[in-house]
Amino acid sequence: MRTSLFITCYNDTLYPETGRAVVRLLERLGVTVEFNAGQTCCGQMHANTGFRGEAFSQAKRLVRLYQDAETVVIPSSSCVAMIRDQYPLLFDELGNDAVRRDFATLLPRIYELSEFLIDKLGVDDVGAYFPHRVTYHASCHGLRGLHLGDRPFRLLAKVRGLDEVMLPNLDRCCGFGGTFSIKNAEVSSAMLAVKLQDIAATGAEYCTALDNSCLMHLGGAMHRQYAGMKTIHMAQILASTETTPAEVFA
Amino acid sequence: MSVAAGHRAVLDPELASPFPIAAEVELRNPQLRKNVAHAIDVIQAKRGRLVAEKTDWQQLRSAASAIRAHALENLGEYLAEFETRCTAAGGVVHWARDAAEARKIIVDLLRQENASEVIKIKTMTSAEIQLNPALEAAGVSVFETDLAEIILQLGDDEPSHIVVPALHVNRSQVREIFARRMGLPELSDDPRALTAAARNYLRRKFLDIPTAISGANFLIAETGGVAIVESEGNGRMCLTLPRTMITLAGIEKVLPRYQDLEVMLQVLARSATGERMNPYTSLWTGVTPGDGPQRFHVVLLDNGRSAILGKKTERQTLKCIRCGACQNACPVYRQTGGHAYGSVYGGPIGAILTPQLMRLEHAQTLPFASSLCGACYEVCPVKINIPEVLIELRAQVVDQERKQAGRVFDPMYLGMRAAGFVFMSAGRFRLAQWLGRAGLRLFTRKDGWIHALPSLGARWTGTRDLRGLPKQTFHEWWAQRGKEGS
Repeated sequence: MRTSLFITCYNDTLYPETGRAVVRLLERLGVTVEFNAGQTCCGQMHANTGFRGEAFSQAKRLVRLYQDAETVVIPSSSCVAMIRDQYPLLFDELGNDAVRRDFATLLPRIYELSEFLIDKLGVDDVGAYFPHRVTYHASCHGLRGLHLGDRPFRLLAKVRGLDEVMLPNLDRCCGFGGTFSIKNAEVSSAMLAVKLQDIAATGAEYCTALDNSCLMHLGGAMHRQYAGMKTIHMAQILASTETTPAEVFA
Repeated sequence: MSVAAGHRAVLDPELASPFPIAAEVELRNPQLRKNVAHAIDVIQAKRGRLVAEKTDWQQLRSAASAIRAHALENLGEYLAEFETRCTAAGGVVHWARDAAEARKIIVDLLRQENASEVIKIKTMTSAEIQLNPALEAAGVSVFETDLAEIILQLGDDEPSHIVVPALHVNRSQVREIFARRMGLPELSDDPRALTAAARNYLRRKFLDIPTAISGANFLIAETGGVAIVESEGNGRMCLTLPRTMITLAGIEKVLPRYQDLEVMLQVLARSATGERMNPYTSLWTGVTPGDGPQRFHVVLLDNGRSAILGKKTERQTLKCIRCGACQNACPVYRQTGGHAYGSVYGGPIGAILTPQLMRLEHAQTLPFASSLCGACYEVCPVKINIPEVLIELRAQVVDQERKQAGRVFDPMYLGMRAAGFVFMSAGRFRLAQWLGRAGLRLFTRKDGWIHALPSLGARWTGTRDLRGLPKQTFHEWWAQRGKEGS
């Protein structure tokens, strides 16, 4: 099996360890990982901020870039949700038949990481070892956009040594929302404070998620508040083994 | 903002502060935030239990959505049918193009009635058209009869929720308002005592005032009837004792058939208050001799609605049945309450409805007052894809704003334009990453984190640190790995 990793713009820039973990994890599972060096961004930031023209150009570019990929794996629910939910609207409105056709053939080959593992590879035990107390934050796009359901929990349940603590109010947004966190910084921070209280109450050492965007938000506040806990993308947990533990940025 | 703080919220989109500024005011009111969060957590939990017991909930939602969509697609016909049937049953139908016309129609009707006082059933549409101030200006004293509306009226406050308008006021605040305004210094904050005080206050109004104003939950085309659902019986009183009833309803409120209520009442009660059935459902058709008001008027209000009908993405906004479930589910609303939205329609539905009812420039921050978490869409009983409409309206705001000369130097616009240019080329993206890393290094402390940034970045670092950029992007790691591997 071959897959092309779409790392996403902010993972590439801010969280390369997530990409390295995906590569390590998938190669361990026997998948050949490719990386298209032309990739930049899916257009989500522009689309959600109202810059439709820019979003459309980036969407078209992404579809062209991955036309020949056997499968595409993306370690970010919100970028996958952008492609699934918003690309059709953008292409309907601004695109032509050619891009709509190309998109229709590409779409079924695009997977969020936990979907790729469970639906495409059919594994929930990826042979990981991570001896820590962990709570899972369900990002809104993963939960309500992609309907990831129990996939993340099935993966975590099979990680040896991992003690999973359920996060209360799992369906409540952390307040990131992309440019919302800047445009409505005060409201965003108030939402964040509520989420942090719930996370702290779990007593977990790590808060994990399938989106580094939420984790950047949560981790930024944990660091500011000396919360004594850390964030970690689930790819890093799943990549972690007895011999090669997760790279953790202290 | 709450009564206790003595500051009246502005619910007029033309006058209200932009959302982020209005929200900041609310966020500084811990009592209000506590009241709001507590109230909606209670309603949400009840709703969750009652939706869960309905095994066909998703089918009900689909049916409700289809009924509303069908009604809107054939709105002209159904409104005409409603007018014919209502008129035949003895009602008088009036058409109001906008808020001013609706206010004038109602004031004129009250003049004909020689009414100096009027009792009202809770109607958010009347708040939309700022009816109460217009009536007071015309010399008519307005008495709200819904408990929450009494609290707001006596507390000189504004509604903050479309179903539970005084949701931001707690019991001891209600006691304070009632004690002060009803002259009951000894009043306790026991709910029974508060209810009894309200009853005493209301009883004379019901008995003495022969003219009433209501909204409508539904208009039924097939019969020309009007449906009102409520919890306190005040609506039932207003439909029994007065001589004259004036109903104000948005034109979108029409349902094709009487039978459609079967679906709509099920989803409405569960979504709105977390009840299997609401306590009082009143249905009336025109005038019935010897029973209830003998003069009945319906004012059908457009006020921007027909313009929404013609728009592909936005049209679904009009499916709304005002259940408030999106407000209760919204994590933004949970923090700010409704007043921050500067309109009687707060929360997610307000964020899409207000900018469409008003000219967009009066409410251009509202489509951005959402983290796009999708909780509103998930609970909406008529499946309004609120995030989709929010994004559509954001695009309209940006299309409008980016033409303005002043926006050229707006940091948000500069940044978004630059990012758009950068993302169209991998080479430019790498250059931008390199520049970003070099630039941010200046702000990165020894611990590897950024604690303070200038300009827009300060809005992030106001409450959150940012991890400094790593030495190597993923691109660079991959390229290096390829070289080492070969």
